[in-house]
This record gives sequence, C-alpha cells and structure tokens, in this order.
Amino acid sequence: MTLHQSASSTTATDTVTAQLLSVENLDVEFRTRSGTVKALEAVSFAINPGETVGIVGESGSGKSVTAFTLMGVLDRAGKVANGKALFQTDRVAVDLLREPESSLRQLRGKELSMIFQNPRTALNPIRKVGKQITDVLRCHTDLSGDALRDRAIEMLASVRIPDPEQRYDAYPYELSGGLCQRIMIAIALACAPKLLIADEPTTGLDVTTQATVMNLIKDLATQQQMAAILITHDLALASEYCDRIVVMHAGHVVESAPTHSLFRAPRHPYTAKLIAATPEPHKAFADLIPIAGNLPDLKATTIPPCRFSQRCDRYEPALCDQAPLTRQQPVPEHHVACWKPLE
Amino acid sequence: MTSTTFQHTRYVISENLVTFGAFALFLVLTLFAIFGEAIAPYDPLASNAAAALQPPSAAHWFGTDQLGRDILSRVMVATRLDLGIAVMAVALSFLVGSLLGTCAGYFGGWSDRIISRCIDTLMAFPLFVLAMGLVAALGNTVANIIYATAIINLPLYTRVVRSEILVRREAGFVEAARLTGNSEWRIMARHLFPNVLPVMMVHISLNMGWAILNAAGLSFIGLGVQPPTPEWGIMVAEGATYIVSGEWWLALFPGAVLMMAVFCFNLLGDGLRDLIDPRMRT
Amino acid sequence: MTSLTDLPSQTVPLLQVSDLCKTFPIGKGTSLHAVDHVSFDIRPGESVGLVGESGCGKSTLIRVITRLLDVTSGTIQFDDTILSTVAVRQFPKSPHRKGIQLVFQDPTDSLNPRFTAYDTITEPIKRLEGGHNKAQLQARAAELADLVGLPQELLSRFPHQLSGGQKARVGIARAIALNPKLLVLDEPTSALDVSVQAVILHLLADLKERLGMSYLFVSHDLNVVRLLCDRILVMYLGKIIESGPVEQVFNHPRHPYTEALISAIPSFEAKPHPIPLTGEPRSPINPNPNVCRLYGRCPKGEDKCQQVMPTLKEVAPNHWAACHFHN
Repeated sequence: MTLHQSASSTTATDTVTAQLLSVENLDVEFRTRSGTVKALEAVSFAINPGETVGIVGESGSGKSVTAFTLMGVLDRAGKVANGKALFQTDRVAVDLLREPESSLRQLRGKELSMIFQNPRTALNPIRKVGKQITDVLRCHTDLSGDALRDRAIEMLASVRIPDPEQRYDAYPYELSGGLCQRIMIAIALACAPKLLIADEPTTGLDVTTQATVMNLIKDLATQQQMAAILITHDLALASEYCDRIVVMHAGHVVESAPTHSLFRAPRHPYTAKLIAATPEPHKAFADLIPIAGNLPDLKATTIPPCRFSQRCDRYEPALCDQAPLTRQQPVPEHHVACWKPLE
Repeated sequence: MTSTTFQHTRYVISENLVTFGAFALFLVLTLFAIFGEAIAPYDPLASNAAAALQPPSAAHWFGTDQLGRDILSRVMVATRLDLGIAVMAVALSFLVGSLLGTCAGYFGGWSDRIISRCIDTLMAFPLFVLAMGLVAALGNTVANIIYATAIINLPLYTRVVRSEILVRREAGFVEAARLTGNSEWRIMARHLFPNVLPVMMVHISLNMGWAILNAAGLSFIGLGVQPPTPEWGIMVAEGATYIVSGEWWLALFPGAVLMMAVFCFNLLGDGLRDLIDPRMRT
Repeated sequence: MTSLTDLPSQTVPLLQVSDLCKTFPIGKGTSLHAVDHVSFDIRPGESVGLVGESGCGKSTLIRVITRLLDVTSGTIQFDDTILSTVAVRQFPKSPHRKGIQLVFQDPTDSLNPRFTAYDTITEPIKRLEGGHNKAQLQARAAELADLVGLPQELLSRFPHQLSGGQKARVGIARAIALNPKLLVLDEPTSALDVSVQAVILHLLADLKERLGMSYLFVSHDLNVVRLLCDRILVMYLGKIIESGPVEQVFNHPRHPYTEALISAIPSFEAKPHPIPLTGEPRSPINPNPNVCRLYGRCPKGEDKCQQVMPTLKEVAPNHWAACHFHN
C-alpha cells in the first residue's frame, strides 16, 4: 500500500533499523469552516543517516505540512489522524508524533532542527543575532559565559559570515537576506543535530546567494554527518543538492527515487510533467509544457483514489480508480505510486 | 451575489451564538427606536399621582416613577433619542475622522504632521471633561451633545484610519490604480478607504456603545437632555435618589437597558467585521 | 485589436532611456543611488530582459519608466515624447498613460481585495477611455478574459476566491486592457508554481505575438528570461553592466558578474560548480564613482578596478560589457 511497507518487505530488516527517520502511513487532516481537508494521506518515506533528501512538490502538495508535523509545530487546526514517525536518537527510537511535548522540546534544536522559508521573520528582530545562537546553546549544552560566546562566534565563522566577532552584536535588520539565512543555519546547526529540515531555505534569495547558501548546507551536512530534508518547489535545485528525491502531489507521495534515477527515467506521469514544465538552460520554449488541470479539491467527500487522475493523460477508467498501489520498480530504491507508470 | 451574501450572513450569525444574540438585541433596540412611541403601553409623559412609585406589576412591568409615569414606556421611547444621539455622533466623527486619517496616512509629510498634532492636542484632555465643557459652553441642546460626543471620538477614527491607510499605501493595488489612471483623490476614496472599512466596523460598533454611555452620562450629570424628556441617563439620575428608600426599579430598569445596549454594540463588532470583509466569504 | 496592424518595421526606438538617475535622499548629504546613469532603448515589438539581484535597482528602474516615481536626472523618451519631465501626479492625464503598463510581481498584493475580477479588468477602460456603457464594458471584459484564458464565470469573483494562476491572469488582463505599446513585467511568474509558470509564460509569448507589444521583462530567473526575450540587460547596484542578444550573453558572458549569475542557475544537467561571489555587495549609499561596483566580490578584481570605473564597451556586435577584463 505504501512506499515504506513495500520497501521493508523487500529489503533486509537491518537497513530498516539503520534509518534515522522513518515516516509511515502519515495522515494529517485540517478542520476548516467548509469541511475537513485531507492534507496528507498515507505519506511514507525514510531518511538514512547523513543523507540529503529532497521533498519536491507544488504549493498545496503537503510538503510543508509534512515538515511541520515532524517538528511538532503543526497549526492548531491540523490533526495527525494516523501514522508513525520513528526518529532514531542515541539511545532509542522515538515516535515524534506521540512523544509528549516536554521531551520533544529536548529533541528540537538538539537532534532535530529546522530552517524556515523567510529568515527575516524567523529571527527575533530585537535580539542580537549572537544572542539568538547562544539561546539555543544554553538550552541544550552546559556551556556558559564566555565559552557560550566563543562557541556562537565559532558557529558564525562556520557559516562563513565575514567578521563574526562584529556580527555577533548585529541585529537582523542590519544584515542582508543571505546573511540572515546563514544566521538561521548557524542557529539550526548550533547543537550538531542529526537531522535538519530546511523548508524552502533559499526561496527569497538571489541565485548567486542561493548557490552559496545551498553549498554551505551541503558542506556542513557532510562535515557533521548530518541528514537533511530539503523542502522545495524547485526541482532543479533539489536535483543539484539531494541524494534522493520524494515527489509529492496533493498530499500523496507519488514517487521516491535516487536523484539520478528520477531524472533519467521518471516513472510517475506527474514527475515527468513537472520536469517538462521546469525552465532549463538549454530547453527550447516549445519544450516547456504546462501541466493541465488543478489539484483536486481535498475538502470533497469523494477525492479520487489517485489524486493525479484528473490531470493525467494516462488515466484509464477502471484501473486508475483503485487506490494507487506502490510498486517497487526494476531499478532498486525507485518507488512509484501509479497503476500505469511510465516505462 | 445577493444569495451568497445572504448565505454568508446566515453562516456568520448561526456559527456564533454570541453574534446571534447581539444581532437579536440590536434588532429589538432598532424596533424600539422606530416604533417605540407606537408600541409603548402608556404615554411616557403622562403623570398620574395616584399610581406613583408602584413596584413592577402586571400592569406596569417596570413599575412607575415618582410622578406615576410608566417606566417601561419611558425606557422604550427613550431608545430613539439615545440611539439617535449615538448614531449621529458616531457618523459625524467617522466621516470627519476618516477624511482626516486618510489624508494624513496617504499624503504623509506636512498634512500628516498637522493633523496628527491637532489630534494629539485633543487627546491631551480628559475626554469626558472635554465633552462636559463643550456642552456647557455651547448650550444644553441635543445637537451640542452630538457635536461634543463626535469631537471626543475624533482621535480614535483619525488614528485608526491613518495607520490602516499607512500600511496599504505602498501596496501593489495602489500602484496599479495609479497606472490605470486614477487620480490621487480617487485612489484614496475608491481603492484605499474601502479596504479599511472592515477594521472600522469593529471600532464603530464598540464606539457606538461608548457614545450611548457618553450621552447618558452627560444627561446624568444634568447636561444635555433635560427632563421631562424620557432619556436613560436622566431616568437613572432621577431614580438614583429613590434607591435608598427602597424604590429600586426606578434606576435599575433604565440602567439595565443602557447596559444591554452598550453590551450589544460591543459584541456586534466582531460579527460585523466577518460580514463586511469579502475575504471571510468562502 | 488595432495594434495588430502596425507591426514594427522601422528601427526607431519605442522607449529610449538615456543617462537616467534615481537617488533617494537618506539624510544630510547622503543618498541612495538606486539607478545610476542607465541608458538603453527598446524597439517596437522587442522583448528585453532585465536581470539582477534583489536590491540592484531594477524595481526602481521600472517604476521610473512606468512613471510611478519621478526621475532625478536623465531622460525617458517614449514614442517621440519626453516623459521624464511630466510629473508623476500629472501623468494619469497624459495620453501616454495607457501606452506603458505594468504587470506586478505579486498577483495577490496587486489586486484590490474589494474589487471583483471584472472591476479590476474594466478599471483602466473606465478611467482612461471613458464613455462606455455597461454592455460595452461587459463585452470588453469578456474579450479580455478570453484573451488571457480566464473563464468568464470567474469575472464576478473576488481575488481571494481565485487561484494564484487566475490572479496572475487578471493582473495581465488589466495591463493589456488598453493595448499598451510597452508592457513592463515585474517578475510576473516568481510567485507562481512551476506548472502555472509554464502556462503564464506561454500566454505572455502568445499575447506578444497577437498584440505586437514590446516587453521589458524583469526577473531574477535567467532561465525564464532566456525563453521570452530577444535581448538582455544585466544590472548590478544601479548600473547596467552587460547587455546583448540573449543567447550570446548566455553562452559567452563577458562580465564576471553575469558569468557568476549564469553559473549559479540550478539545472538537472551536471555542470561545473557555481563561480562563488564572496563577500557582501558594496553599499549603494554615496558610492565612489571611480570604483567598479563589483570590486570586492569579483574574482578578477585588480587595482585598476579601484581607480577607474569601467564603462560599457561594445565587445561584440550589439554585445556590451562594463569590465576592464571583458575578454
């Protein structure tokens, strides 16, 4: 039924235990004034230690909801209806969705960190950036006094901020967007987390800044043996920095594969269409093909079992009206949730 | 469009019992204000010495006062005057305040500085004392109560409109309006100001309650409306002297109605904002 | 549509910007030089792309050109008329108001929340043409909705009831309502999803062909600019540092900044590592007129760059670059 179950049924159990995070059958619902929105349905994926995984999808695909659910900062209207998210800490595996808030607070910032889309709003505007780094350190380490300050300056230097000593006393408004995002990264990585969730970390930034910020995340991840989830709408960006990519559409995981395999031979029609719609340096205008149709209404009582079926040109009545089955493709590690995948 | 507006209204009201209660109360007050004289069981001005100071009974639900006038009738008839003063005062300060606030917020610079300083000066006075002074100086008429109430409410409207305009002044749709050939005045009136209305509705409603209280307060201390005109503030003032001797109903019923009216307008604000803001419609 | 008939044949520029400056005073004796001695022109029917980082002055430049901001010095000539001397507040009355229109970056922010799509689309017709009755306006709105691919039943909706792509279409319909000769597009697709972006790009290409407009297409996404534009202007800190035919600039960038910009575009294909621009950009406040704006971030920077500001030189036919080391 799901990606994870099919994966575990075919791979040895020891690889399952080695996973840093395994999300299984996650259902998230939002209560709204006009009905319940099934924002996520049966979302499953896994992250290995040290791996960078991209979650790619358009707005409304549920990629940010996934991140917020994992961090336990879901909006009050949202509710986890079903599912597990097992996170491997030093000692035990904890279920992030069932853990009490007090122990989640111990995990957040220390083992599990997040970078937000807009660094300017995510940073406290009236607190010096250095202090904002020491706040995290104070919560999760035994450092104090000058040691705290030294460690914060060290963090600023590690995210390649020029003149870290002076910048320690700067306020967010005195820094450019790129520098603010680096401060966010310094805060997120202050306690050397095992997993970093980056939600559109470069969306408001310029391409040149985007490249430096992404390279920084990638380098630090390699240095610290840290796994990262990169949430983005930019397929090309994900292709450059991720080992594996999970493609989401309307709250479903439609495809999950190693990056090279996904781009060489996408199996899900949506992934193929997404690639065709992305402008590329050597793509002709005629080859830029829009995706027809809209996301299905997730408030409706009868959402088609395959949520892409209404936009899909491979749709076949009886066949596709069953719930999309996840099959393992000939290529190892390449999963696709489609009844008529591309060959 | 009208059917969706109706559905939306029904939705806002049915979804929130408090809003529903406030709307119901508002309807009752409006009915009293319009038909008060017609549906009042007795003549509010007719005194009857034989029936003076009677406690509430089947014949006189709210009892009678020292001159034998029916308190229920007087309370009902007074609604028109009290609501009228409040509506006129609020409308006046809303109009003037919106104009001043829009100019200050939109043009900035000198016009903003002059308008804001004048408003600050107005706010330096204790507002009720200012209203007392104004009525005392201008004379005890209903019109002067309206002017005084309007003037002391002016800072609220000017400031709220100014700040709301200020945050929208640079919005894309304002630039777009300029590109499509709108003059500055037209942008202010047709594009910017309507967007401030939902926020203003809440303030108007809260302010209505406050204006009623203010008018009643002025009458209570003997300024403004004069006896024997039925008015809630005067009735409470006249009844207050009888509380000690046990005739509690003289002050209690007008006071309770006054309180309900203020309460009603305070609750109405939130409901009105939901109604008027198109973004709340789905 | 009338403009179909007068397609460009002459090479007289439609828009000619020369030596344009826009500074914002920010205190005694200091000012922010947002646009610094910029010159370029746009021929009828031509699409020109304007790229650069945020804060490089491209937003200011297009607001000066669309006459939302007054100029500090320099001239803007549009169709034989000098527009830069007309005050911004007077411009709504100018006959050229409808000739230059703007499509905004954020489709949500640029639509009045209390106007329906119909109100928004007919607003320029009512204000700038006038004299239409209701039936005529409805016919025009329906025609425009068809042109931009907006279903007519959506005309009665408010912005919050429309999707991002539909709002973008409403914004475009408003801008083309009066057949402008020059349409300035301020990152029209940056707030949209990939699938919708592709639709809107095709729509814009189609409209340009049908209505014969000239485009000034502002974007930070070079991939998008390349698809839609004939010529490209690269802006850095208030100055145009490179300009030329789009393919030529893409394949043979002559300015180190353009080179870094192009190398940083993410792509599915394997490509060399992006050229890093280290350090922070120079301040646009009272910049030293003799120091190259990129100095300090530029991998090629030398002493000469600190002494003489490089000027635009023609490095190949129609291809200009402002760098001492343009080879």
